[in-house]
Amino acid sequence: MSLQPKNPPVLEMRHISKTFGGTHALNDVAFTAYAGEIHALMGENGAGKSTLMKVLAGAFTPDPGGEIIIAGQPIKITNPMQARRAGVSVIYQELALALNLSVAENIHLGRELTRGPWIDRRRMDADCRDVLEKLGANFAPQTVTSRLSMAERQIVEIARAIHADARILVMDEPTTALSSRETERLFELVAQLKSAGLAIVYISHRMGEVYQLADRVSVLRDGGYVGTLSGAEVDPEKIVYMMVGRDLSSFYKRAPVAGAHLETVLEVADLSDGRRVNGASLTVRKGELLGLAGLVGAGRSELARLIYGAETPASGRIVLDGKAVSFRSPKEAIRHGVVYLTEDRKGDGLLLDMSVGDNINLQVFGNDSIWGMWLDRKRADQRAANAISAFAIRVAGKAVPVGALSGGNQQKVLLSRLLETKPKVLILDEPTRGVDIGAKAEIYRIIDELVHAGVAVLVISSELPEVVGICDRVAVMREGRIVGEVGGESGQTISEENIMALAVGVNLKGRLQ
Amino acid sequence: MTGKSGTSKPTAKGVSGPTSVMLSALRALVDAHSMLLVLIVLGVLLQIACIVITGEGRFLSLQNLSIVLEQTSINAVLASGMTFVILTGGIDLSVGSILAAAAVVGLLVSTTSGVLAVLLALTCGLAFGLINGALVAYVQLPPFIVTLGTLTAARGVARLMSHDITVFNAKLPFAFIGSDNLVLIPGLVSVSWLVVIAFLVIVGSWLILRRTVLGVYIYTVGGNPSAARLAGIKVGAVLLFAYGVSGVLAGLGGVMQAARLYAANGLQLGQSYELDAIAAVILGGTSFVGGIGSIWGTLYGALIIAVLSNGLILLGVSDVWQYIIKGVVIIGAVALDRYRLRGSVRS
Repeated sequence: MSLQPKNPPVLEMRHISKTFGGTHALNDVAFTAYAGEIHALMGENGAGKSTLMKVLAGAFTPDPGGEIIIAGQPIKITNPMQARRAGVSVIYQELALALNLSVAENIHLGRELTRGPWIDRRRMDADCRDVLEKLGANFAPQTVTSRLSMAERQIVEIARAIHADARILVMDEPTTALSSRETERLFELVAQLKSAGLAIVYISHRMGEVYQLADRVSVLRDGGYVGTLSGAEVDPEKIVYMMVGRDLSSFYKRAPVAGAHLETVLEVADLSDGRRVNGASLTVRKGELLGLAGLVGAGRSELARLIYGAETPASGRIVLDGKAVSFRSPKEAIRHGVVYLTEDRKGDGLLLDMSVGDNINLQVFGNDSIWGMWLDRKRADQRAANAISAFAIRVAGKAVPVGALSGGNQQKVLLSRLLETKPKVLILDEPTRGVDIGAKAEIYRIIDELVHAGVAVLVISSELPEVVGICDRVAVMREGRIVGEVGGESGQTISEENIMALAVGVNLKGRLQ
Repeated sequence: MTGKSGTSKPTAKGVSGPTSVMLSALRALVDAHSMLLVLIVLGVLLQIACIVITGEGRFLSLQNLSIVLEQTSINAVLASGMTFVILTGGIDLSVGSILAAAAVVGLLVSTTSGVLAVLLALTCGLAFGLINGALVAYVQLPPFIVTLGTLTAARGVARLMSHDITVFNAKLPFAFIGSDNLVLIPGLVSVSWLVVIAFLVIVGSWLILRRTVLGVYIYTVGGNPSAARLAGIKVGAVLLFAYGVSGVLAGLGGVMQAARLYAANGLQLGQSYELDAIAAVILGGTSFVGGIGSIWGTLYGALIIAVLSNGLILLGVSDVWQYIIKGVVIIGAVALDRYRLRGSVRS
């Protein structure tokens, strides 16, 4: 690809360093972006991507010696306002919208239009209708933002950037909360913005996306700049190698349990909640890793929460070890050996201010207690120490609050909490979301060990390569029901195409419905 | 993962080792007891002011300090209950009114039996607390609104029971609580029963919060209610317990107050006590959103408030200025705390 235009880059960052206390978050990093290119920025969690972008956005001030040049002009960015004026817009992973305000108000946030002392809503609405239309949004500027889906909120963020005449648009993990269809829509949009001449910095963990979108890929590792690949050099394996400094070609490979009896542990029949789950049936078997695939909104998490007793089913049966059960609360499910790893570990998984040790022990404090009441600190400390070493949780000590850990280590803490209860059935909802590659590999290793130890595991995942790579059998969900299976006895091989065909309901090779 | 990275050891990066663990433990200790420092500084300042203005250091005398402790006791008891509630992310505005209702019940029954009077007063407090708790936990109404309602209703019940007059009993059987001392070493060391009760309440609260499973659950519910539910914790039961404790301790406060006065007035007793209790908890560093805080902080908070009132009276500061100074100190102390903690807590 001949994408190194003669014209100078719109953004040049040179010798950027940033130290917090004694640690180098960034160490002499360089980064350039040209107008009309998509430049992916990759690296493990903690590699410095976000810090670099926060320096660009004015949230952090770099150490002396660093230079930022935008459109040929060296500039000092010391606060977010200056960055915005220089044409830098950042869309963070946790979108920064005021959900109680309307779309138009959000787009104009900080630059409201007024008539005299009054806010001029009519002009604001009209003003951004244009932008929204250009982006193909099908909601009105007056819509209250909280009523929009994640994908739509993202469009509002993009609209805000365009409306502010951004030249450099940074997108941090923009597809994390999107379904496949929404992701495709977003990619079209990004391509459209690119051809309109924006420089797009795209931060993502997802190799597939980067491979599909990026003109160039820069990789950071441990706060240092590793290198940049452009055009034909962009190659997933090479990028992974640059990110982790080691070869991960056997990344997803795991051996199925040899000669497994495959006795059914959990059977779900015709489960409905009257809203998102609509007669779903599946079986999970001992020593088997069952995947549950489907588009976001297909009802996968809802189904899991029904099984776990977090929500009450309207109808249907759950059979555990041959006996019909109905869990009225998660407490009952846990007592029967069914546990659930939430997809939202910060929102309804971890206690961020609580210590790593207490988080690990939370679900077994009760059983370990002395006379059913007093905490057994000695035992809790032991459990914590064991879990920290068994799961390779990187933390200075068990007393550290869990909020101070990286995403991958947080996930390992949450997972180890569930495993302390010695479950028979483990439901994992997006177990590797927002987790860096190293931690991902460790989580796969843990899952694999559990399957081999005879635990029935159900993994919900939106990452198809992951599903294809680790599952023994995959059930596919669409519109609240299980529409088919691949792998196992289904006769169909587990492939991204087969799963996708079921998930979207297209007729592939004339065989599927 | 069956690749070679699966064997990586937990010591890969990050600070570790005994020094940093000790440092962080020390830091945790300082964090938990930072308000003790404020308390000590305040005490020394008041003593100096006393010497300068009145010519004698009456503030730090043994006699005055025991008065301070006695004046702290009721607020410390209410604030302990408040700590439970605020740790769950709630608030209990009704403790002052519950105190009044319980005191009235205690006095009305006191003509029959002292033990029964105390028990019924505590039961009255518990009943109001459980009503609060049930409405918050199971009807899922906002704590502020529920306890605002109880604040008004319990006041009404107190006035109703006392027929809106002050109830007296000159031979109050449990009056010793308010007037007598527990003799530890005859002729040398004795402590007011009020202080003993407050001390036991604080120690009991500490045991529950720090040494029992229920304590962990209280912090969990306050820190992240939906995580608590998914972890199999009965969130409703935990909330019911917290408001129940607050109610029962408000009832205990009623007994203590009645024992001091030999009387209870449904209209005036315990007016705005909830504000002092909340102030003590907040001064003690407990987070208003729940999940973070300690009972020791609450004790220091209650002591700061009492020390300040007492010291200002000794200095002859007028009532009007006492209010203003107290308000400023509360805001200032909390602001100082926030400023100190900024950046050191989770980002």
